[in-house]
Amino acid sequence: MKRALLVLAVAALYVLHQDIWFWRTPRPLVFGVIPVGLFYHGCFSVAASLLMWLLVRHAWPHHIEREVEGAGGEGGAER
Amino acid sequence: MIPAIFVFIYLAAVVYIGVFAFRRSEGAKAEDFFLANRSLGSFVFLFSLFGTNMTAVAILGSSGHAFTNGIVTYGLMASSSGLVIPLTIFLIGTRVWALGKKYGFITPVQIFRDRWECSHIGTVIFALQAVLLVPYIIIGIMGGGTTLSAISGGFVPFWLGGAVVAMVVMSYVFFGGMRGTAWVNTFQTILFLVFGVIAIGVIGSGMGGFGGAVEALGSQPATSWLLTRERISPYYFFSYTFIPLSAIAFPHILIFCLTAKKMVQFKKTVIFYPLCILLIWFPCVFLGVMANRTAGEIPAIRAKQEARRVLATQGKTMEPEQRDEVREQAAGDDVILHLLHHYAPLWLAGILGAGIMAAVMASDSQILALSTMFAEDFFAFYGGRRRFGERAQVQTGRLFVIVLTVLAYVVALRAPETIFEIAIQYAFSGFAAMSPLMIAALFWRGSTKWGALASTVWVAAAVAAVAVFQQTYPAPPPGPPAVVWSPGGTEVLARTPSGTSVFGFMPVVPMVVVSALLMLVVSKLTPKPSAATVEKYFSK
Repeated sequence: MKRALLVLAVAALYVLHQDIWFWRTPRPLVFGVIPVGLFYHGCFSVAASLLMWLLVRHAWPHHIEREVEGAGGEGGAER
Repeated sequence: MIPAIFVFIYLAAVVYIGVFAFRRSEGAKAEDFFLANRSLGSFVFLFSLFGTNMTAVAILGSSGHAFTNGIVTYGLMASSSGLVIPLTIFLIGTRVWALGKKYGFITPVQIFRDRWECSHIGTVIFALQAVLLVPYIIIGIMGGGTTLSAISGGFVPFWLGGAVVAMVVMSYVFFGGMRGTAWVNTFQTILFLVFGVIAIGVIGSGMGGFGGAVEALGSQPATSWLLTRERISPYYFFSYTFIPLSAIAFPHILIFCLTAKKMVQFKKTVIFYPLCILLIWFPCVFLGVMANRTAGEIPAIRAKQEARRVLATQGKTMEPEQRDEVREQAAGDDVILHLLHHYAPLWLAGILGAGIMAAVMASDSQILALSTMFAEDFFAFYGGRRRFGERAQVQTGRLFVIVLTVLAYVVALRAPETIFEIAIQYAFSGFAAMSPLMIAALFWRGSTKWGALASTVWVAAAVAAVAVFQQTYPAPPPGPPAVVWSPGGTEVLARTPSGTSVFGFMPVVPMVVVSALLMLVVSKLTPKPSAATVEKYFSK
């Protein structure tokens, strides 16, 4: 279930990249200077980072890590 | 000349880092020279992997593209990369790292050879990867020569600037190997990040703030489209999301994935990668668009806008060569240099110039990757290591670094830059279309060497076909594409001002799709590797 939700989240973000709704307008200008289409894609980068955090937290390939590094191979404090 | 002095200090620092890395090396061990002994920690791994992927395109190319095409540049090249690249590093990079740690692989071709029980097919893959990678090295030297010449106000000629950059890169790769390259890349990435923040502050202050400039751009029909994406087709925009697939197929990125000390090092890299892209690309794209408001103050930018206007109004009646010449004049790759020259004090322009040099010099990883591939996939594979020993293999890798850099410099002096810029465009599509190879090797038990060969041959043929097509049909002026083939009224093949379109998509889309299909169909029809090999890769 968790895995399916994560796959769905990746697919949704990929679809959201194609933001046809801000295609032809620069307004509103966010903070008075940033065209909304550019601001949207700046936010998209932040969303991508959050998605990566979710993947690392909930879909990390522990089995591969354990196989290569043994039981103590999950990075300790660096997790 | 003062900015050039700062750049030379930077270059000296970079050589010192290479020599320092050499002192930390462990003699003549191949793993130590080519992979820094698989020992990179989280911080260096993140910044060096990111820096490896950020070539001159990141700062010069992004602002230049934004100057000409507007804010669409960020969505096209940056935000899609911020999703696809870390995702592929998460899914593929971690698995490649684990295989390297487990079985001692140093290059991707070694994985392919082992996974599909093949030898010469691996050599074919090696050859295609090498051919697609060489233009990067040449363009890196050209970019170094051009930038050093521009920053010194012409005091350092192009040939000398290129020679200095080639010598510096060669030195730290030769001495420091992967360790030196990773440390230099980390240093460069920090410079990029600092550069973006300072540049936007200094130029914004010099322009009296950006609010008025944005309003003025938006209120004039000639420039308002720069703040939207109305001139870009949604198909083209969608096609660009396939380009970042190239990252994980680039040998230098895959080889970098093998350098991490522990798998946990990938965590910070995949999480922070999109944010690093945001911090570097956002200011560069924004400044590139804003440069369009500085024509009244900066004559060079005014000349570029005039060339753009001539191209739009008279492009249809021009000869193709003349059109290319005007297109070259309108290109904006140096706008950020002009902005710095105009708005930043000399000493600051020098520091920022060093940041730009750092971006331009990112060809180090490609040189090291080719050297690694030659030493491992060719020299060692065909018996060189067995006959002459590990020390000779490392020396061969070092010698290859010298030969490759000298050759690239000689070619850079003689050939026009545009040829290699175009070659890089093809290379991105080519590597993206090679991504199904690694995906199939790691995730599909049924994949075979014949499927891999079919995909590789297809990629080589497709890259060559696009190159021949674009040479045969010159680029039309800005505006609608020139349709070349439209059976039954359906537009199949067209030449666009910036390339080629197939059913309205960039060529990378059919290249990736057909490559994946060939891998699938041919693998289904051909014999699988032995059960022991398959189990080695897919055991639970």
